[in-house]
Amino acid sequence: MKPTRLPVTQRNFASDVLAITQRRSRHGETAIKGFLLACATVSVVTTVGIILSLLGPAVQFFREVSLWEYLTGKDWAPLLDPGTYGIRPLLVGTLVITAIAILVSVPLGLGAAIYLSEYASLRSRRILKPMLELLAGIPTVVYGFFALTFVTPNLLQRFWPFGTEPDIYNALSAGLVMGIMILPTMASLSEDALAAVPVALRAGSLALGANRFQTTMKVILPAALSGLVAASVLAISRAIGETMIVTIAAGGQPNLTLDARQGMQTMTSFIANTGMGDLAQGSNEYRTIFAVGMTLFVLTLLLNLFSSHMVRRFREVYE
Amino acid sequence: MSSITVPVAVPSSDLLRDVSSSSVFELRGVNVHYGTHLAVSDVSVDIAEHQITAFIGPSGCGKSTLLRCFNRTNDLIVGATVSGLVRYHGINLYGPDVDAIELRRRIGMVFQKPNPFPKSIFDNVAFGPRVTGMAKRDLNDWVEVCLRRAALWDEVKDKLKQSGLSLSGGQQQRLCIARAIAVRPDVILMDEPCSALDPIATARIEELMIELREEFTIVIVTHNMQQAARISNRTAFFGVDVSEVGVRRGVLIEEGATYDLFTKPRQTRTEEYITGRFG
Amino acid sequence: MTDINAANSAPIIDLRTSKQHPARLADRLLPTITRACVAIGLLVLATLVVQVFVEGWPRLSLDVITKFPARKAEMAGARSAFFGTIWVIGFTAALCIPIGVGAAVYMEELADNNRWWNRLIEVNVQNLAAVPSIVYGILGLSFLVRGLGLGQTVIAGALTLTLMVLPTVIIASREAIKAVPSSLRQASIGLGATQLQTIGRVVLPAATPGIATGVILALSRAIGEAAPLILIGGLTYIKFSPTGPSSAFTVLPIQIFNWISRPQEEFRTLAAAAIVVLLGILLVLNSLAIWIRNHARRNA
Repeated sequence: MKPTRLPVTQRNFASDVLAITQRRSRHGETAIKGFLLACATVSVVTTVGIILSLLGPAVQFFREVSLWEYLTGKDWAPLLDPGTYGIRPLLVGTLVITAIAILVSVPLGLGAAIYLSEYASLRSRRILKPMLELLAGIPTVVYGFFALTFVTPNLLQRFWPFGTEPDIYNALSAGLVMGIMILPTMASLSEDALAAVPVALRAGSLALGANRFQTTMKVILPAALSGLVAASVLAISRAIGETMIVTIAAGGQPNLTLDARQGMQTMTSFIANTGMGDLAQGSNEYRTIFAVGMTLFVLTLLLNLFSSHMVRRFREVYE
Repeated sequence: MSSITVPVAVPSSDLLRDVSSSSVFELRGVNVHYGTHLAVSDVSVDIAEHQITAFIGPSGCGKSTLLRCFNRTNDLIVGATVSGLVRYHGINLYGPDVDAIELRRRIGMVFQKPNPFPKSIFDNVAFGPRVTGMAKRDLNDWVEVCLRRAALWDEVKDKLKQSGLSLSGGQQQRLCIARAIAVRPDVILMDEPCSALDPIATARIEELMIELREEFTIVIVTHNMQQAARISNRTAFFGVDVSEVGVRRGVLIEEGATYDLFTKPRQTRTEEYITGRFG
Repeated sequence: MTDINAANSAPIIDLRTSKQHPARLADRLLPTITRACVAIGLLVLATLVVQVFVEGWPRLSLDVITKFPARKAEMAGARSAFFGTIWVIGFTAALCIPIGVGAAVYMEELADNNRWWNRLIEVNVQNLAAVPSIVYGILGLSFLVRGLGLGQTVIAGALTLTLMVLPTVIIASREAIKAVPSSLRQASIGLGATQLQTIGRVVLPAATPGIATGVILALSRAIGEAAPLILIGGLTYIKFSPTGPSSAFTVLPIQIFNWISRPQEEFRTLAAAAIVVLLGILLVLNSLAIWIRNHARRNA
């Protein structure tokens, strides 16, 4: 017969007291906590690993090749004998494509962010935002394919208005497609920056008789400026670090030019192209991967630090 | 003292019996600091066994803070320090040998807003016993016993697998009570358990508390004087002292058998509070 | 008398704005312009998907995943790459989930943020999230393939990808853990559970939908990545599916890249068909994430 009430237990407080004052040691718990700390430390180990893996060969590289030649030389031909190791063609290639990507993604991303935060209804926002996010989820090889097989032949080459049309491998196509790839990131971060502006500022501006355009341009954008700059810097960083689109669509020839109709090689596509083959481990050609990789890592690290600094600055202003 | 005005709440006469039983808790000179702010100042009070003791008083007087000293959940608040003596069955709760986790098995807590886990009703009640190592085959019976004791069994017996969050507010709070008693504590601390509930649910829980008194010792913090008058054996009235420089601290003003405190309060401030002249 | 005259000659306030005011015009155009920004993005998305389908249509059949790569396009398929992806991503998931969730639990529940060690960990996770994927490839090449001697194998690829997606998993898991209300933790502690019991039996079960969504997002990114694995040696001509962690391997994105690099038109078509398969996998994975998110919301 199941009892309906808890039996009124005779508590033996002596034994209870003893249980309280004997601290139960929980060894298992310490081990688990140690494991968790180890998991967290993996991140530190990774950073150290990246730096070490780049530093060693890079230092050896710079013993053979002077830093001066590396930074100022105009020719990049490591496989020649003797090789030339001026990184400028790769830097300029990266720069040109990144610039095009930014010219596409920043205005479009900002515009999309303004639309989603100021004008879109809640329902359309709930549909449009995830759809834009899809753009970020498409693998970069697919973008590269699209740039090479659709954008270049059907758009750029067919409708080119003046002068010589772009080559089959060109920087413009890669830059445009990369811009679209970065667009959702830019839109999302810009939206966060815009949303961080206090409602009171917007209300105050409208109350003074400004319309929405004036409010957005003269009050909200300036107030969100550091957040927007942070977003743009992050977009630049992503564009610099992107590999497959440029490898597929911009070709594999270093080319020191600002003409986006030509193909060029970026730092990332150089690393990818070189890494595809098998290189003797001690050779200088092998070490070029690390030298260029180090340049890339330092560049993106600086950009990211700058970006987080800007984010922290705009968060402080409003908290 | 000045003439006594008619109190707002008249406690029922069966609560007259203040059975002077042994003390479960003895507090002597307890202070609680949050950083530099003194939330509770120099409190000395005894909590008697198998009784309901109510802590009443205006907001900000440290009642909940003091309650948390009993099961050492103040330990979890960064910057909180407790000084003075807190004895539980004669043991110093804050002594070096005391295992706070064992302690919390013996001193249960029910919170202001019902907080069942997002698990099934069964798993909510079984959580404590599982964590403290109860055998699996006893679990089914034990969960039923606890749910009956919390006056919830009949309402949930056919839906034990459903989420605890699917219950109404009052049912959720009774579930939390069942969950608390499932670890077989001897004390149940309740921090304004009915303030988030409607009057009917409140009445059911007050009934339940009076039943549970036979088995457990109950300390309840409440901002509802009438509730204290209805169900408690002893009442402690807290207030806020403001110094000349504006520093506020919580103090114990008066403590005694509920009937006495409400009909013949010894302090003016007590009288003023219970007659509703302030707070 | 003068009063009435004065009232009659009071100025009339005209609240109509001048329709030619430039700001007014801009105000009417702004929603359209910004809506166009969104439209452009979506238009490109649609064009891309359609183009890929159209290009790949002639070769869209089960052959794509049942046939091995070959010199002649009609006989080629991406079978080795398809299973290679499954093997590599399988190992990646098995590694990044415990390490990532473990790190997140440590950072959210156990770490005291006043100590420099914990702040260093936090800064590291933030920075690693933004490192280009190819740098992870260099790390893998240097330490795993050559340094530890793992060679150009599935496990080297999986470890590399794990390191790459770990920051994403950590950040998403932290958010999910942070979102668990503290009242649940208090209830658990009040019942006499230890901190680890609370984490294991209350916090993590409640945070699971958020963590699962984050993991799926991270794995989606890993599935589509070619750059780091190229350096790990995934580009070799592989005519067999992996049989274990020390097998050589290739993955779908790399196979696609390989076919794109060939001049023949038929390989382009094959590449497009493989892209459709890749997008299909991602679609399934992300639908799973959405289902998990909705299912959790119903249960809350």
